[in-house]
Amino acid sequence: MSEDNIKKFMFVNRKAPYGTVYALEALEVVLITAAFDQDVSLVFVDDGVYQLRKGQQTKGIETKNFSPTFRALEGYDIEKLYVEKESLQRRGLTEEDLLVEVTVLDSAAMGALMDEQDVILSF
Amino acid sequence: MLHIINKSPFGHETLATCFRMAQGGDVLLIEDAVYAATPGTALESLIKAALERFNIHVLQPDLDARGVGAEIIEGVHAVDYGGFVDLVTRNATSQSWL
Amino acid sequence: MKLGILINEGPYQHQASDSAYLFCKAALEKGHEIFRVFFYHDGVNNASRLTEPPQDDRNVVLRWSKLAETHHLDLVVCVAAALRRGIKDENLAPGFRISGLGQLVEAGIQADRLVTFGD
Repeated sequence: MSEDNIKKFMFVNRKAPYGTVYALEALEVVLITAAFDQDVSLVFVDDGVYQLRKGQQTKGIETKNFSPTFRALEGYDIEKLYVEKESLQRRGLTEEDLLVEVTVLDSAAMGALMDEQDVILSF
Repeated sequence: MLHIINKSPFGHETLATCFRMAQGGDVLLIEDAVYAATPGTALESLIKAALERFNIHVLQPDLDARGVGAEIIEGVHAVDYGGFVDLVTRNATSQSWL
Repeated sequence: MKLGILINEGPYQHQASDSAYLFCKAALEKGHEIFRVFFYHDGVNNASRLTEPPQDDRNVVLRWSKLAETHHLDLVVCVAAALRRGIKDENLAPGFRISGLGQLVEAGIQADRLVTFGD
């Protein structure tokens, strides 16, 4: 694919997993976008940070646990995962509570990163 | 860039999160977010403060539908769907804060 | 300008599809091109020809079909999301087609702007 066809796609996740389907179906778009060799960033803000919480056990709600997919993203060359510091702090979470390595940014840095994107999809 | 908000600021964090992270530009209030543009609410000072950093627009048909179209906070711009389209084309990117 | 549209909510439950429709109409009136309208999540329900709203309500599905016919719009329903929700070729309204998520990514790449309507 030529350089002209590579755009910066950012996926903004602001919703918790399982209560609604958005997080799971967002992940499906992320994987397809990577297959198109696009420049992909994932952002987790507000309740979206709960998608990355360690220790998810979904047997009791008879729903597929899709959190292991986040660990597999590296295999799809998706390495840009960003979490907003304020969202973590407000929920009493630290990076240690997350199941993948992420870059923690403050609100302003996150906003600046958004300004650099070509396409932003929010789920 | 253009930030599109569609949630009431009373029931959701969406607008607050946008104001916290976004670095300026245009904000468009549509659907249930239009209540943020109405004067006399507890959030009016928040909107007025945000007007120093953002150009805030509100979709008039959504205001009218909800019975709050008569008056909006000074400095907020009312637009129709054509104005919505212009905001999208004028900005290189838009984000719907869902 | 070439515009791509993403709709994430179904008809009647949420205003997203109505807002997107009115946005598309205004964009077409201004001479812009709608490159594609992609339906995802519960948005796939906008493509069901089995919907029957009461007489005094707008017909969301029919409205999209008519707009597509008049302006040759490409209305694409995500196959994975559609199958999950029982939308298939046999109950697809006129003007819609079922295809993969790649069609959304392609819209993001090809269109000058991508606008999302959802919850």
